[in-house]
Amino acid sequence: MTEPIVTPGPDSGAAASAAESAECTPGVAAPLNRRAVATAYARLFAVQGSWNYETMLGNGIAFCMEPLLRRLPDEHYHAALARQSRYFNAHPYLAGVAVGALARGELDGEDPVRIERFRTALCGPLGSVGDQLVWAGWLPFCSLVALGAFALGAGPLAVVCIFLGVYNVGHVALRAWGLRVGLRCGLRVAPSLANPVFREGPAALARISAVLAGLILPLALQRIIGPGRVLAGSVALVAVVGAVILARFGARATGWRAALGLLAIFVFYSVVR
Amino acid sequence: MITESLLLSLIPMSLLGAVAGLDMVSFPQIMLSRPLVSSTIAGAFVGRPGSGLLLGAVLELIALETLPFGASRYAEWGTAGVVGGAVMAGQPAGSAGTLPVAMFVALATAMFSSSSMVWLRTWNAHEARRVRAAIDAGSPGVIAGVQLRGLTTDLIRGFVVTFVALLILFPLSQEVVAVWGVDAVHSRAVVTALAATVAAGAIWTLTHRAARAGWLFVLGLCAGTALLLLQ
Repeated sequence: MTEPIVTPGPDSGAAASAAESAECTPGVAAPLNRRAVATAYARLFAVQGSWNYETMLGNGIAFCMEPLLRRLPDEHYHAALARQSRYFNAHPYLAGVAVGALARGELDGEDPVRIERFRTALCGPLGSVGDQLVWAGWLPFCSLVALGAFALGAGPLAVVCIFLGVYNVGHVALRAWGLRVGLRCGLRVAPSLANPVFREGPAALARISAVLAGLILPLALQRIIGPGRVLAGSVALVAVVGAVILARFGARATGWRAALGLLAIFVFYSVVR
Repeated sequence: MITESLLLSLIPMSLLGAVAGLDMVSFPQIMLSRPLVSSTIAGAFVGRPGSGLLLGAVLELIALETLPFGASRYAEWGTAGVVGGAVMAGQPAGSAGTLPVAMFVALATAMFSSSSMVWLRTWNAHEARRVRAAIDAGSPGVIAGVQLRGLTTDLIRGFVVTFVALLILFPLSQEVVAVWGVDAVHSRAVVTALAATVAAGAIWTLTHRAARAGWLFVLGLCAGTALLLLQ
């Protein structure tokens, strides 16, 4: 049983609505059944399952796309799977764009050379756009929201639920949007990546996070330091000086490793004292 | 006794570490691996979620720095949060050294676990190379097999890292906390200063490219300090 392309998972959220403003030219709906799309969507959550330094996401892309390709004639099906299992890299949450677009290209019988060229061209944008929006934008924002709840005295269950709830609304919606827009647009998916969420979202999230961080940092530190409030001024001074050093020499030293080294010295001092 | 219950729960705790470690990269990336979550759940396993949350918040401030970009090497916070949360919640309440020792244990685990991820990725490449011919022939069974083996190996990696870290570091942390020689006020101040330093550096790195972000941070800082003084 076949029917036109269906939308996988929830399609609410900023990413989904913003996508409507960046419509590609709709092609002829490729015949796909709901189960194949739902399976591909579910598999997207494991797209990095065999991530490695040689093919990176390559095998994962073929693994996610496989249910969508089952309607191809046998020799085309195997050739498509072989093509899609080669080197590929993208942000995992936007891998659905590649899976959908490339599957659509294969189902529409596009020239394999064109598919491979498109596949190569897609790696960079899907990586950089996703890294900036999710890892450098959405994730720190959600962390700060949850830390804000902690700072205001929320309990363990509330803090965890707030963090996971807020973060995954965006996460699940972005994956669903990616697969949907990929399947709909095929090899004409590029304009969708120029929508406002991707263009302006990272900067907007950075500005909101800057305010939020300034607001919650003193409150969160106060809850952590507890009875040591008398040293709050010293802590703040150390933090400012340390942050400047880290920001200045950040390329050469990661903060958590530096913290581990300093903590090791402190633990040693506390034991031998 | 908390200690006995923790030792008895070494297997379930390692399973929790396995799930949290798997979530970091392989499946499903819903951020169970963030220390705020993994440390709190580990604390809940020991019966003290509040202690787990306190350490989780400290580690989350440090984890703001972690940007898991592609092939870069970064801390694996899933297992680290579980081990740190278990150590934090497993110590006697009110001990001065509990928070710094738990933080040290978590960061040490993160370093070890980060290396284990490099090993896993090398192993995944080896596995894919081993069946390259079948993959190049477009065999769906082989492609799914490579994926499932990668997921399983990552699950085992998380279990082993958590199990070994707890087995070695939990008894050690008890010994260290027992002979801790710095008072609670200064111990917490050191932890807070380190977390604040890394967090502030991370926030600067994340936001400074946006226009007026520096001023917005200062604005927020003034509001936060005012709220603090009003409390």
